Amino acid sequence: MKAAPFGYHVPESIDEAVSLLGSYSGEAKVLAGGQSLVPMLALRLSRPEQLVDINRVPELSEVRRDNGTLVVGATTRHVSLMHDPLIAESVPLLAKAAPHIGHFQIRNRGTMGGSTAHADSAAELPAVARALDAEFEVRGPNGTRRIPAEEFFVTTFVTTLEPDEMVVAVRFPIWAPEAGFAVSEVARRHGDFALAGAVAGVEIDDGRISRAAIALIGMGSIPVRAEAAERELTGARVDGLDLAALGRLAVSETDPPADVHAGTRYRTKVGATTVERALAEAIKEASNA
Amino acid sequence: MPEVTTAQEAGTEVEVGLTVNGVPRRMRVEPRKTLCDALRDDLRLTGTHVGCEHGVCGACTVQVDGESVRSCLMFAVQAQGTEVVTIEGLADTDGELAPVQRAFREFHGLQCGFCTPGFIMSVTAFLRDNPDPTEEELRDGLSGNLCRCTGYQGIIKAARSAAAEIRQQQTDSPWDQEGPWNEH
Repeated sequence: MKAAPFGYHVPESIDEAVSLLGSYSGEAKVLAGGQSLVPMLALRLSRPEQLVDINRVPELSEVRRDNGTLVVGATTRHVSLMHDPLIAESVPLLAKAAPHIGHFQIRNRGTMGGSTAHADSAAELPAVARALDAEFEVRGPNGTRRIPAEEFFVTTFVTTLEPDEMVVAVRFPIWAPEAGFAVSEVARRHGDFALAGAVAGVEIDDGRISRAAIALIGMGSIPVRAEAAERELTGARVDGLDLAALGRLAVSETDPPADVHAGTRYRTKVGATTVERALAEAIKEASNA
Repeated sequence: MPEVTTAQEAGTEVEVGLTVNGVPRRMRVEPRKTLCDALRDDLRLTGTHVGCEHGVCGACTVQVDGESVRSCLMFAVQAQGTEVVTIEGLADTDGELAPVQRAFREFHGLQCGFCTPGFIMSVTAFLRDNPDPTEEELRDGLSGNLCRCTGYQGIIKAARSAAAEIRQQQTDSPWDQEGPWNEH
């Protein structure tokens, strides 16, 4: 299939991009890496009248540290998450999640802003954003606002972004350098969207878990935070942890979708196992730090 | 920054200038035309194959500014000012095949041949960045391309052999490591 006709715009600044989005009042869509949007256009699941291509806005690909936060520009490509030392050092979970995204050809084009604004709960970056309580820096006709990840994701492919707003950057809190992080996924084939998965981060202080974050991939219509398991973990001694039980607790309140690849019960079991594996790896990394 | 044309009305054609296999080319296309369709229909470079048209099969893989991308997930207008390399650009000007192409022929890395240009473009870029991959890395590097004849064993053998040849070339000429499509 071929995409339906659209008008095409190439702004060179954020202001210009936002003013274009505003002037087409909801009929324009932002084109970033195109690795999710272009298939949707080709399959005509999406038929915007106008596309605003933000790939030539230099300020959108900046990555910088700002007062305990890593600010990742919207058009930062997945391949940069894997190789940029500033990212790996500041938010290691991003560097660990990136290799799980699609294939290397996809990672050469796909972007931070695109993947998160697309809001597919089976994708890695929305889960990382949710786990780390990232904030979305969003620009619209009324200026800039920040949306916490908790409020950003509404349901599959739906966010609280207004049609005339765009993600400018995603802001990730920087954890202690000795924290441990891990991503665990189960997919039918390498590079496929995972049937289920989990991302986890822990900090350990004097043999006890002092901070824990877990988010689930593909286990609901949005990336789900495993709050009950986090509460159970926080303050607990590392030695006596029953990770399998924590995995089961993490998925206990989810209702994952059933599809041709996996039913709900199977997904729930796989989800619990990925939480267990991610926690084991994150704890090991934090203990060795 | 190369000038990029805007088309306010849907359906309007725009002028695109880019370099393909070292040759400057110009074309007029609708913004909705994918890079792979423009390469095939407008520039008559039909070596780039179009399979699934939604980013799954990898048959349309080309290099844009040195990076391996799926050309069905890029609009031709987005390639304004870039340097594109397609399967037609790999062999020497005198027709001598590049190492990856030779290895695919030698190790039976193709059956019907439909997926082959995409595989060769992917493997070429992959081995340029990682000429000494582990088995797992190699299989990971090949995972973005589908072969519906399922001739993967031959493809893996070919890629492994090409890797060895590329490493050998790099040892022979350590100052010339830009890529196997270079003229030596």
